Amino acid sequence: MIRNLRDIYFRSDQAKAYTLLSPALILVIIAMAAPMIVMIITSFNTQISMIEIDRTFTTGRYEDFFSKPIFSMLLFRSVKISFFVTLLTLITTYPLAYYIAFYVKKNKMLWIVLMTLPFWTSYLLRVFSWRVILGNKGVVNSALMGTGMIDEPLGFLLYNQGAVIITLSHAWAAFAILPLYVSLDKIDKSLLEASYDLGNSKFETFWRVTFPLSLPGVIGAILIIFIPTVGDYVTPQLVGGTDGRMLSNMIQSLFGRANNFPLGAASAIIMLTTVCIIAAVVTYITKKVSMRMS
Amino acid sequence: MYKKNNTLFIYCIFYFAFLYIPVLLLPIFSFNDSFHMVFPLKGFTFDWYVQMWNKSRLHQALFNSIKVGVIASVVSTFIAIFAAKAFTRYKVKFHSLSYGAILLPFIIPEIIIAVALIVIWTSLGLKLGLIPVTISHILFCTPFCMLILISRMEGFDKSLEEASMDLGENSFWTFWRVTFPLLLPGIIASLLLAFVISFDEFILAFFLSSSDQTLPIYMWSQLRFPKKFPHILALGAIIIIVTSLIVMTAYWLRNLGQGKKKDFTIGI
Repeated sequence: MIRNLRDIYFRSDQAKAYTLLSPALILVIIAMAAPMIVMIITSFNTQISMIEIDRTFTTGRYEDFFSKPIFSMLLFRSVKISFFVTLLTLITTYPLAYYIAFYVKKNKMLWIVLMTLPFWTSYLLRVFSWRVILGNKGVVNSALMGTGMIDEPLGFLLYNQGAVIITLSHAWAAFAILPLYVSLDKIDKSLLEASYDLGNSKFETFWRVTFPLSLPGVIGAILIIFIPTVGDYVTPQLVGGTDGRMLSNMIQSLFGRANNFPLGAASAIIMLTTVCIIAAVVTYITKKVSMRMS
Repeated sequence: MYKKNNTLFIYCIFYFAFLYIPVLLLPIFSFNDSFHMVFPLKGFTFDWYVQMWNKSRLHQALFNSIKVGVIASVVSTFIAIFAAKAFTRYKVKFHSLSYGAILLPFIIPEIIIAVALIVIWTSLGLKLGLIPVTISHILFCTPFCMLILISRMEGFDKSLEEASMDLGENSFWTFWRVTFPLLLPGIIASLLLAFVISFDEFILAFFLSSSDQTLPIYMWSQLRFPKKFPHILALGAIIIIVTSLIVMTAYWLRNLGQGKKKDFTIGI
């Protein structure tokens, strides 16, 4: 019996593969899936005192979320900010990835390394640095005042949604550059030559051949930037002010000073669900569009 | 492919400046003899570096960060080696499901993982601290390590392993004597990059560390006080230089012995 099982095991590639995968899968189950289930359960509970949670089932926290306008407003704002961050990052990094893929011949690697290196240096410090750049006594204002272009510091640079968008777009640039570069570099160059031979101009070639073929990279960049930035906490806290507050700041206070774990859990779940739905829709539409274009 | 495009080249230079100026500002101001980060620079000083040297809470935070980073990078690399081998050497059933599940912690917002862990940890009646931080960092680093190792495993010739098996080595010795040495640069790169990720990670530590501060949490606690943050700039400057060196070493190692491989992806 045991020998039979051993034989089956050694002959089965699936069993071997899943033995190798088991540590990683167990990690995901214990450290992510189980906590998430507990979080979902908690979101249907009620906080009754500082440390006590009433475990009877109620949908009250979700009702709280949707009945208090501040929550929906913050959720909408988080999604809006992430949308603009994703858009801005894609638009600003696409030409860069395009240049490295098609124009750089020697040392492509060096270019990529240089473009992604800032991403590895302390996230907190990079965000903080933007406060220094945009602040009232910051680099931009002191430079403009020093050259006599303005007399009063420009107050609108910091503590608003614009500052959050610029800072996040800077912080996540590497996540757009890499997938865009990979998809552009994979494009078979003879396709482009074929397009020219057929009489297409440079712009037409880009629009009809290069861009549609780079869409997998675009989707990758969208997913990898949009999803995490909706939940960003540091940037709105440091450069956002009241105008740039996002849902994560609210969630943090629910787990901190406000001490309402169930409502915090419900907010987190609503945020995650919203993000997943939007990401799925965007991916679906982009795929449809790319099929039509090519 | 194309010959030249000056407009694009100039754009790239500007973008390059946009990327680097925020990073380079901090080291510049770390030598500035003033509490305020304002141009023009006042005078040159090493005071902030001296001040940093004398902060005992900073030393404790640094020690905590190194401890968490070392454990997280070793454990996640170890887990990732097995997972990467499974994905590259076998046709795994439900491939995209398992693959997606393992990559998920890297994609979903960190705050969700942080909140979920804080909820389960407190409902189990456990005390927050460095242990949940380390667990969350292992979860967060493993997908990264796996992607690095997968690209390394795909990069070398599988027939080397087959040859070893044909010559009568069993799978353990084949792994140890053939796969492992070929994989080693990738493993070291994975250890280094996972360490950098964990060392730099803020949100998970912020929610889960309680009073055991890691270095980013320590920096965060000092940012509010203008009188205190020059020494954070000095610390930041050192962090920037050291992580850049570590990352460049890791990049170099990753591509060691792979010839001119084109798809350079840092695992994404």
